[in-house]
Amino acid sequence: MMVKVRTKPRREPDILLDIRNLKVEATVYSPGEKPRDVTIVDGVSLLLKRGKVLGLIGESGAGKSTIGLSSMGYGRGGVRITGGEVFLNGRDILKGGVRDLRRVRGSEVCYVAQSAAAAFNPALRLMDQVVEAALLHGVGAKAEAEKRAVALFTKLRLPDPKSIGCRYPHQVSGGQLQRVMTAMALCSEPDLIVFDEPTTALDVTTQIDVLAAIKDAIRDTGVAALYITHDLAVVAQVSDEIMVLRDGKMVEHGETQQIIKAPRMDYTKALVSVRSIEHEEKGPTPKPLLSVEHVTAAYGGGAVKVLQDVSVNVQPGQTLAVVGESGSGKSTLARAITGLLPPVAGSITFADRTLTPKLADRSKDDLRQLQMIYQMADVALNPRQTVRTIIGRPLEFYFGMRGKERDARVTELLDEIEMSKGFIDRYPAELSGGQKQRVCIARALAAKPKLIICDEVTSALDPLVADGILKLLLRLQKIEDVAYLFISHDLATVKAIADSIAVIYRGEVVRYGSKTQVLTPPFDAYTDLLLSSVPEMEVGWLEHAIHGRRMESAGN
Amino acid sequence: MGSPVLTLIAQRVALGILLLFAVSVLIFAGTQILPGDVAQSILGQDATPEAVANLRQELGLNDPAYARYFHWLGGVLTGDLGSTLTTRQEIAKTLMPRLWNTLFLAFWAAIVAVPLAIVLGLLAVRYRNGWVDKLISGLALASTSLPEFFIGYLLILSFAVTQQWLPAISTVYDGMPFFDKLKAIVLPATALVLVVLAHMMRMTRAAILNVMQSAYIETAELKGLSASAVIRKHALPNAVAPIINVVMLNLAFLIVGVVVVEVIFVYPGMGQYLVDHVVKRDVPVVQAVGLVFAAIYIGLNIVADVAAILANPRLRHPK
Amino acid sequence: MFDLKNLTVSAGIGLILFALFLLCALFAPLIAPFPMSQIAGDVWGPLSSTHWLGTDNLGRDLLSRMVYGARTTIFIAAMATALSFSLGAILGLMAAVVGGLVDTLMSRFVDLLMAIPTLIFGLVVLAVLPSNNVTLILVMGVLSSTRVYRLSRAVAVDINAMDFVEAAKVRGEGLGWIIFREILPNALSPLVAELGLRFIFSVLFLSTLSFLGLGVQPPEADWGGMVKENKDGIVFGIPAALIPASAIATLSISVNLVADWVLTSTASLKGGRE
Repeated sequence: MMVKVRTKPRREPDILLDIRNLKVEATVYSPGEKPRDVTIVDGVSLLLKRGKVLGLIGESGAGKSTIGLSSMGYGRGGVRITGGEVFLNGRDILKGGVRDLRRVRGSEVCYVAQSAAAAFNPALRLMDQVVEAALLHGVGAKAEAEKRAVALFTKLRLPDPKSIGCRYPHQVSGGQLQRVMTAMALCSEPDLIVFDEPTTALDVTTQIDVLAAIKDAIRDTGVAALYITHDLAVVAQVSDEIMVLRDGKMVEHGETQQIIKAPRMDYTKALVSVRSIEHEEKGPTPKPLLSVEHVTAAYGGGAVKVLQDVSVNVQPGQTLAVVGESGSGKSTLARAITGLLPPVAGSITFADRTLTPKLADRSKDDLRQLQMIYQMADVALNPRQTVRTIIGRPLEFYFGMRGKERDARVTELLDEIEMSKGFIDRYPAELSGGQKQRVCIARALAAKPKLIICDEVTSALDPLVADGILKLLLRLQKIEDVAYLFISHDLATVKAIADSIAVIYRGEVVRYGSKTQVLTPPFDAYTDLLLSSVPEMEVGWLEHAIHGRRMESAGN
Repeated sequence: MGSPVLTLIAQRVALGILLLFAVSVLIFAGTQILPGDVAQSILGQDATPEAVANLRQELGLNDPAYARYFHWLGGVLTGDLGSTLTTRQEIAKTLMPRLWNTLFLAFWAAIVAVPLAIVLGLLAVRYRNGWVDKLISGLALASTSLPEFFIGYLLILSFAVTQQWLPAISTVYDGMPFFDKLKAIVLPATALVLVVLAHMMRMTRAAILNVMQSAYIETAELKGLSASAVIRKHALPNAVAPIINVVMLNLAFLIVGVVVVEVIFVYPGMGQYLVDHVVKRDVPVVQAVGLVFAAIYIGLNIVADVAAILANPRLRHPK
Repeated sequence: MFDLKNLTVSAGIGLILFALFLLCALFAPLIAPFPMSQIAGDVWGPLSSTHWLGTDNLGRDLLSRMVYGARTTIFIAAMATALSFSLGAILGLMAAVVGGLVDTLMSRFVDLLMAIPTLIFGLVVLAVLPSNNVTLILVMGVLSSTRVYRLSRAVAVDINAMDFVEAAKVRGEGLGWIIFREILPNALSPLVAELGLRFIFSVLFLSTLSFLGLGVQPPEADWGGMVKENKDGIVFGIPAALIPASAIATLSISVNLVADWVLTSTASLKGGRE
């Protein structure tokens, strides 16, 4: 069923949104310092025609969400629009008062947030929230609005569209909530929707469904959209044009095809080529370094089984990637190997010795040779210790190094992770995200391990930074001959670093072998779904992928 | 409303009752650690050994501690709180009217303090970081630092001595006309209100601010709702449980504040009764009054938890 | 960590006031113009050049008694705070790191102690214990330690769940390193602020007990006891009781100001944007 776009008076028939020379500032209150103003968006202009989709792309801190919200005259958390004009339907919305802005919000422009789970009021039924803006702005009576909402639920392929509105947010899954939120935005028949990373928090296999639903809804309703994301491959699927932003300034703006196929600026080129690390697969070796045999692990004293009969090997000096979605049990595997969660059954052999299940019973040498790097470098480093202590402690602890000898080795390690000696007395808070992760790597390397478990080490980082970390890990593997057990949900990353791959689904290994074997058809249904869900930087990939699927994703 | 909610509430109430029993054990044990002999200390040093032995027999002090505990508990459960050591009066008879007096005072203090604190808390959120807000946090700082007797005597000095508007001593008796009673408790009730008000405001403010920082408040704002509609439709339904929690916690404070305020204003309530008999070391009275105070305190906490369960949509509408 | 350069005005005032009180307490015999129990003038004499704060219900110099009272009040409150801290913080950190049955048992016991209002429980126990300062310190310290236990356990449980603690465990570090080098430095600022709050609590609790006649016993006197001695003057318009009462208020406000500053100014190393 088609949902008709309501016509509104317009002066320039074609132009919907015209942002000119936008400047946005915020006051930063860092403890112990005087408050200071920082510029978040600096002189950005954009033009959006009726019914078109503009993708805003950039890394964290690029100001893309701030620009999106400025089209509603909204500044999040003390952010102020200090300069420029925002013309919507021909009038400058920044000139009017709060009352005028309220008439724009929820009626002419609607917003879809990154985390729908947090963006819905937990105390109200979905339907009441979906039609709220439409009723407020007088877009039809209640019965009419609810009918429209049900039509939108159907269009967005939500299960049970007639009754899903009676549910409360916590009774609906994350992927579904994201679609309900899209329906909520469409329900008041706006001219423009701001999508703020609507699929980032979802698993890959769910992301593709939501993305397709959003794309169809945009096409069928003829609404215009600002689509904000950090993922160029995602934005290429839905937008007509793309604007690349960096540190609050525009880098490049053009047609989607031009941006992804013929970028002009170096920064855009770097973004486009971010997933193109070439890594040649290493062959099998006579004896594995780590051998996990028939391991079953459970929480709550055996009540909740998260790993079932898992067997994988890691070859010395090579990388085994463990791929799976959230809740698949891949991080549990890491905990079982390190001894943090002693397995219920099965055995783990490491460098010809059988490891004791419990961490407390392991010898210092076993502990030393098996190190770990975490997803969130922020919480993996003690905020009260300097880089010297953080990297120096394993040297003291395992090798008894002290004083000058230790500091010299710390400097050497800093050099290996491409950081200068000047960082030695810094605290983690004084480092960037990428630098923190590098320090974590150096801390692991300090122990001279044979195996490092990397648990989603690049997922929290911006694409370019993540790329740098991956390259570093590959280089270090060559120098130190260390093996990695690389846990990730991101197949693109895995392709770049793995020698062999294990695909894990609901606690079981569904596919395991060398990288080539795993990535060569014929596939099992789940691997097929996973592979076909990874967005590719290709216009039209989405439709192709949706048509070729054999299995429904689980988490939508 | 599903059965999980009922189950949870039943569990919480059962837990509260269990806790009350544990508390009764603790209070009983707490009064048995007296070094020396109770009978001896009641009768004084010159008492004859026969008199002491008789009293020991009478008080059941020759029985083991657990037997005495169950004897005491059995009495408590049937409404028999025992009799005082010093005057041999039935405790329950004296306690009941005093309990009512205390509840009367606490009730009127709460009637004033609770709505006032909530309204002021809402105002502080509405004008956050403005002067109203700063005044409130300043007052809260002062109120956590001021002893009750400072407030109490300041009130007496100002309104009963310098200006003789109200009595300095709050006498109430049976059959006293209602409005005379009210007039008598104006000063102690004001003191109690001042003791809990600022703290309650600050906690209400924090509870609402916490809700106001949720993402769904931004969603509501981006729908074009007015500030008051956002608070009414989206913030309040989620703030009810934390606010009830705040209120209950502060009523518990109030119960403790009552003890000191009653002594200041010589008000014939339970707190005064407790303090008098602690000084006289009259253990049965102390046990009984302590248990009543603890029961009220635990009861308020159960109400807070039950309210939180009822207000949680995840529990009311299970998957 | 607690950089004096960033001292705010209010925290500075708090610090100066607290230092003054401390000086009074330490050098009481040198500062007080009269001995503590000497009857030096009329009953409830007014403020004058010989008796700066007037005289009390027996004609003793109120200023001298205030100075000696500072000694008693601060000493007992400080000892009780020290006890509550060593007991509460050590057990709380232990419970968080060791976990399991030890944690459950200790936490349930603390829940039980906290199910009775502190003042009521204090009164019940004081009804049977001998009235002296050691009893007071023990009772106040133990009752107050329940809150320290809860706070330090909660803070430590949060920190214990962080990856850097897990990293230390996986490295093979012992309990000592984990508690003292990984957890404690990060728990310090809430604990130091709590130290201030516990001290205020002890001062107020002691004053209340003494006011009720159950705290410090004559001839010794703390500020709360002095309120009790002089309270009967109030109805005659004699404000002598308000002088020790406002000293209690000033002391606790000054500590509160410092604690507030400690709590707000130590997030700096976390380096958050907000």
